[in-house]
Amino acid sequence: MKYDLVIIGGGPAGLSAANAAWEDGCRSICIVERDRELGGILNQCIHNGFGLHYFKEELTGPEYAGRFIEMLKSTDVEVRIDTMVLEITEQKEVHVISAANGYEVLEAGAVVLAMGCRERTRGAIAIPGTRPAGVFTAGTAQRYLNIEGYMVGKKVVILGSGDIGLIMARRMTLEGAEVLACVEVMPYSGGLTRNIVQCLNDFNIPLYLSHTITDIRGKDRVEQVEVAEVGPDRRPIPGTEMTFDCDTVLLSVGLIPENELSRSAGITMDPRTNGPVVYENMETSIPGVFACGNVLHVHDLVDFVTAEAAKAGKAAASLAGTVSEEGPVLELKNGPVVGYTVPQQVHMHADFKVLEVFFRVRAVLGACHIYVRDEEGNQIATFSRERVAPGEMETIKIPKVLLAKAKGAVTVSVEEDQEESKE
Amino acid sequence: MYDITIIGCGVIGASIAYSLSAYDLKILILEQENDIAMGTTKANSAIIHAGYDPEPGTLIAKLNVRGSEMMEELCRKLSVKYDRIGSLVLGFNEQDRKHLEKLYDNGMKNGVPGLKILTGDEARERDPHLTKAVTCALYAPTAAIIDPWGLAIAEAETAVRNGAELHCSAKVTGLEQKEKSVVLHTAAGDFETRYVINCAGGWAGEICALTGKEEWESQLARGEYYLMDKSSGSLAKHVIFQCPTEKGKGVLVAPTVHGNLIVGPNAAPVEDPYCRETTLAGLDEVAEASRRSIDGIDLRQCIRNFAGVRAIISEPDFVIRPAAGCPCMLHVAGIKSPGLSAAPAIAEYAIEQLQAMGLSFVKKDSWIDTREQIRFKELSQEEKQEMIRKDPRYGRVICRCETITEGEIVAAIHSPVPPCSIDGVKRRAGAGMGRCQGGFCGPRVLEILARELGISPFDVLQDGEGTKLLISETKGGTAV
Repeated sequence: MKYDLVIIGGGPAGLSAANAAWEDGCRSICIVERDRELGGILNQCIHNGFGLHYFKEELTGPEYAGRFIEMLKSTDVEVRIDTMVLEITEQKEVHVISAANGYEVLEAGAVVLAMGCRERTRGAIAIPGTRPAGVFTAGTAQRYLNIEGYMVGKKVVILGSGDIGLIMARRMTLEGAEVLACVEVMPYSGGLTRNIVQCLNDFNIPLYLSHTITDIRGKDRVEQVEVAEVGPDRRPIPGTEMTFDCDTVLLSVGLIPENELSRSAGITMDPRTNGPVVYENMETSIPGVFACGNVLHVHDLVDFVTAEAAKAGKAAASLAGTVSEEGPVLELKNGPVVGYTVPQQVHMHADFKVLEVFFRVRAVLGACHIYVRDEEGNQIATFSRERVAPGEMETIKIPKVLLAKAKGAVTVSVEEDQEESKE
Repeated sequence: MYDITIIGCGVIGASIAYSLSAYDLKILILEQENDIAMGTTKANSAIIHAGYDPEPGTLIAKLNVRGSEMMEELCRKLSVKYDRIGSLVLGFNEQDRKHLEKLYDNGMKNGVPGLKILTGDEARERDPHLTKAVTCALYAPTAAIIDPWGLAIAEAETAVRNGAELHCSAKVTGLEQKEKSVVLHTAAGDFETRYVINCAGGWAGEICALTGKEEWESQLARGEYYLMDKSSGSLAKHVIFQCPTEKGKGVLVAPTVHGNLIVGPNAAPVEDPYCRETTLAGLDEVAEASRRSIDGIDLRQCIRNFAGVRAIISEPDFVIRPAAGCPCMLHVAGIKSPGLSAAPAIAEYAIEQLQAMGLSFVKKDSWIDTREQIRFKELSQEEKQEMIRKDPRYGRVICRCETITEGEIVAAIHSPVPPCSIDGVKRRAGAGMGRCQGGFCGPRVLEILARELGISPFDVLQDGEGTKLLISETKGGTAV
């Protein structure tokens, strides 16, 4: 089978990329989705708050996905559900298997990677203790509750204050469970402020910042956890231990882009994002292969995934079957406080007026400025912010005319304003 | 009346059952847990030792070397993952070098082939991530890595296919000696048998005590591990040991047959064989020791920590002898490291002992000595195509991280020794062994287990007895 465009993943990123590519005139598109339906993780996100930016209204996850699935119905985009991609080659052959069609090799003019991300597990943070049933990642628990209709526990401690953990604190409470605490190792929350307010504060669930679980107890099912305060080195401080009797631990300790396919295809990866290195059009180091959504870098809001994926879809549509041109490349680097930037590289000859750059900060800062400087220290652009936090992705828009003046690589950094220095 | 009953179905019990199943005997296997291979067999370093460690002349030395010789062929026959990658014992100073020479001499006396002492640079040439601190190393080309629970399951399955009877959740609680037999009281009823083998691992002392005579003291020792993501799997090419101390063989770093990297264990005395918790101090100890061997281990790439308990007893050698308090019971106890390496040789030796105890062995006319397991991801493109054509369930990937299909999971559930838990499926088919640790596939494996076993999803367990996952329906009820 041959397609101009094969999109790997039918979650929000894949759906948006497909719609955008279709709108741009690409007429041979296939979405490959490993699950039994389109929509990706949105299907289990039955809470509201999706679409405020994109649709200017509050939707639930399934509703948000539904809008795009509906749009897809008016197109001839082919959808293969229950189909797993085993391999992508450098020649853009996509090897897939499914119960319905067996083993197939799809030849693609262009590929959009939209595989999303997965949750970090207990192992990644080495929580000591026994290994009983009742320790779930927040997303797995969310699937059991919202898709399967099963409760996974009655007395819950949540480790990590990522958004899924916060959402599950509220969800478990509404289902009659008692959420005893949300424990966060960092001195600040990893989730959106609105989720702290709506999911913890509104339900009187205490948030212990600079704390972690130091021991999980129970032979068959979780019986108790020990929680302790941590020092600046994030190691537990002896003498600060407290215990919670609980039957369940939910982990919301970070997300990792799922790039096994990208890596085995030989795509250049960025260790800061755990995603591919991309240009301003979301193209990876393999010409004609694009990446967007959580496989590229972890987003907080699906609205931004949609916008980013539309960009990738459009670019893939215009490039399908061709090879991108050579030309001068501008490199974007992260300076102080900035963890990474997406994109990491810019084709200066490409057709764009404004470059949108996404990044995350590494610390909570009050009033501050974002500086964009070139290698000679010339200031290309500045942006001011009231507050920045690691849990909230930042975006800036730099006009191309300004970028064109840059000498060498461009660095994005954040500096706290002097007059309002903290403590 | 059974001819022989095996108490405990870890890798030792399973190896003995497999070997015994070649003979015309009525065999019973009793396992206290709800699945086999649930003790030390599922939580160890997964190494086949070459055999230079044990003191020459001991039973351990003899059975280690013999077992290591037998293992490759056995794993090939039973479709068990095994890879003879060789080992390096690292030395960091002159004292260590002397120790390596002692191990070399031991090895020569024990009949270990191919041993060689390397310089630090020669060792680094073989394994480029070794630290600069390494000054010398003992190379043993016959050391190997293995899937330990895979071996036990394959052996038990084959024994069952040859007619052996297996009862899980059948803890032996009492023993009644008759004139020419014993009656075993268990959680699954009473069983009468002419001969008994006590290979209950960490619980062997308890079984021994049922005979009225205590023959040794338990000196259990827990070891904690890091299991690293496959992205770290190539940091070691050999099994990397450090010089043993009085506390044990020390912390090793090794690739696993599944492509991960294993780091551990430490050694801490424990009272109870169920003491398998990990500790902050223990994990720190392991992490620190591993950094002496290998550069660049990033512990954030860990996908699971676990701990296992070594079945050490007060006698230094393996105890394979008739019980003092029960003439028809054979002890196979104190099977500490390198027990896994020695397992097939222990089975051979146990049969010799049983012969001496009066059990007669007549070979069966037809004995199935092989087993096949389909691992979809290891098939060629054409084989995959053919497999899905024959059974479309092989076209549905359930475990994304390890590419395990529904076909493989269903095959495991209907195998001769069927799993009853999500982790039981993991140990057989590999679903959930990957980097997301069952986050994505757990709910789907649960659904398949419930469907195939015809049980309620609420009764599907994570692992052992009592490890329930689901509490109740949500207010909205289940999807079905």
